[in-house]
Amino acid sequence: MDKPQAKRKRSRPRRDVALMVTCLADLMRPSVGFSAIRLLERAGCRVTVPEQQTCCGQPAYNSGEIDAAVPVAQAVIETFEPFDYVVIPSGSCAGMLSHHYPALFEGEWRERALALSAKTWELTRFLTEVALLPAPKRAALEAAVTYHDGCAGLREMGIQQQPRQLLQEQCGVQVQELTENQVCCGFGGTFCARMPEISGKMADDKLNHAVASGAKVLAGGDLGCLLHLAGRAKRRGLDLEIRHIAELLAGNPKGPGIGEGRQ
Amino acid sequence: MKVASQDFLQQAHEALRAKDKVERRDLLGQFMPAARDAAANAYGDFDGLRAHMKRVRGHTTEHLAHYLQQFEEAAVAHGNQVHFAATAEQLNSTVLSICQTHNARRVAKGKSMVTEETGLNELLLKAGLEVLETDLGEYIIQQAGEAPSHIVGPAFHKSLAEVRELFLAKHKLGERALESVSDIVEEARGVLRERFLAADVGIIGANALIAEHGTTMLVTNEGNGDLCANLPPVLIICTTFERLLPRAEDAMALQRLLVRSATGQSHTCYTSFYSGPRREDDVDGPLETHIILLDNKRSDILASDYHEILDCIRCGACLNHCPIYIGVGGHAYGWVYPGPMGSVLTPLLTSLEQSHDLPNACTSCGRCAEVCPVNIPLPDLLRDLRQEESAQQLKPARWRRGLRLHAWLLRQPVLYQRLTGWSMSALGLLGKRRGAFRRMPFASGWTSQRDFPAPEAGGTFMRQYAARKRRGGRRG
Repeated sequence: MDKPQAKRKRSRPRRDVALMVTCLADLMRPSVGFSAIRLLERAGCRVTVPEQQTCCGQPAYNSGEIDAAVPVAQAVIETFEPFDYVVIPSGSCAGMLSHHYPALFEGEWRERALALSAKTWELTRFLTEVALLPAPKRAALEAAVTYHDGCAGLREMGIQQQPRQLLQEQCGVQVQELTENQVCCGFGGTFCARMPEISGKMADDKLNHAVASGAKVLAGGDLGCLLHLAGRAKRRGLDLEIRHIAELLAGNPKGPGIGEGRQ
Repeated sequence: MKVASQDFLQQAHEALRAKDKVERRDLLGQFMPAARDAAANAYGDFDGLRAHMKRVRGHTTEHLAHYLQQFEEAAVAHGNQVHFAATAEQLNSTVLSICQTHNARRVAKGKSMVTEETGLNELLLKAGLEVLETDLGEYIIQQAGEAPSHIVGPAFHKSLAEVRELFLAKHKLGERALESVSDIVEEARGVLRERFLAADVGIIGANALIAEHGTTMLVTNEGNGDLCANLPPVLIICTTFERLLPRAEDAMALQRLLVRSATGQSHTCYTSFYSGPRREDDVDGPLETHIILLDNKRSDILASDYHEILDCIRCGACLNHCPIYIGVGGHAYGWVYPGPMGSVLTPLLTSLEQSHDLPNACTSCGRCAEVCPVNIPLPDLLRDLRQEESAQQLKPARWRRGLRLHAWLLRQPVLYQRLTGWSMSALGLLGKRRGAFRRMPFASGWTSQRDFPAPEAGGTFMRQYAARKRRGGRRG
């Protein structure tokens, strides 16, 4: 009959997961990458970080330099296709691999892009639908948290309730919602530097909603948005701690929030 | 209309400085999407209706010659005169010559984006005709000497106080309060009624051309279209071939999609069908009717990778949902069609050289495509135009060089990781205390509005991870 719960758990094969760190976590916020590894391991995955990885190629792609983005996409496909799952702590990069890579190719490369697309997961969705996180053994996070939905995660990858569910289950936090939470924060990759004034207005709208929510922590799943918002919040002198959701889920983070100094 | 899209950034800058207008647009950006969503949800299978209309549009443009011929034959059989205009100038001169044939002095116009596109009013005024816009929004901006800021609500940018002042200055009606919206509407109504009766020619647009009956459909909330169409002896309908639909039931499906997407209504106040001039036993209606079909590069678009933009039904939902349109308003875009659909259409109908900033005024957030009633992949079309911008070397050269160098570097992982390893370690150290930089070389676009967050101390992830692996520890 039914095996005891503990034994069945142990006999489950571990999932082979490749972590795509993303260029922004690699360069700007390594703790997001390490948090992702901790979370995936806690969810019973064997995590590999392929050394060849750099970036998914979105800056060139979104700016219309498609021919420059194609070889970057090919390199990513080659690097990540040996694994069962590719997990990415970013809805935007996951959307790039899942939806935009296949559109770049025809023939054999398209097949390979589609195969990669099928096994590409955004982190919070992976942790709620594939490799579930066990219940935490630590105390709830003592903070009022609001959440910014990155557009690609929201519209391309179906990420909306997953981060909220994880914050609830893992941190005991009920997200204090932003008004207009489906509206872009104004990052938009190179847009934020090419049209900074419009981008700044959009950041202000988002930050004003964050302040109005009463939250002290603004979390999100995409470092692009978060760096942009943190930079604007710093410029305005706002009292908001801005963090990637992986940092919160992996444990009460000790280091400073994005854009904050060590005082 | 003259193109000013090359000055998009400057116009956006000015628009963002007028704080009261920014606030009003922000309200519009909350109210209109809420109205659209409520109407779409109340309908039931709205997405099914969208997919259906997409197929109907695709089918129609695939068999365009057939339906165009069917429409023309049926329209002519009803006594309409059908004209084809290859260019904006041809449409304008056709209208003018019809007016001149009838010795017309006064023209009453319903709302028509096509005639905004061709700049018809300017030509008619120059020829000595009196041209009166009769849609309330169009009337307001005509009195103010402005262009539409929205394809559905052309005067959305005007406040009640501005309209009050405008009317007090323009209408010589003596002392009156004009305090409420209804006072203002009443006054416009009174002024306009007189003028409808005096008009020699009426000009309107069309929301659909029904091929099987040769009939045109127009949806309005004010009924001004019907007055323009039925009171003057001559009616001219200015439209374009992509309004064609095979059957009347397709036009009804379009109507259901259009009004919910545009204003969140389930019906507009008037949905009118015009079949032709007054018949023997009709009590009213125009004596002569003309339908002018403008091409203005649309045949080229149809044959291009951008053909899906011709599915657009001009509902304005993409404008209302675009945070950039809401941020800067329609005038910043510098031509007739603003927002996402305008940022696709303007480069195609004018030139990319004049308007290549517009496809860049997009964060690829995808909200426009999410609500487009005919599922036009607007962010993809805008990206394609950015690719075109690059191919035509219109993009600032330093951007292009930088992006291509970056993409090349991404394919040299060892070099990339070495370079980023050093520089991020250095930046991490430099920025450790404050956590961010006020200025950053080569990043003035970023730092003009925001601080540049310092990288976390300790170097890049890849470097730290490699070090941990060397030490034999796997865990973070």
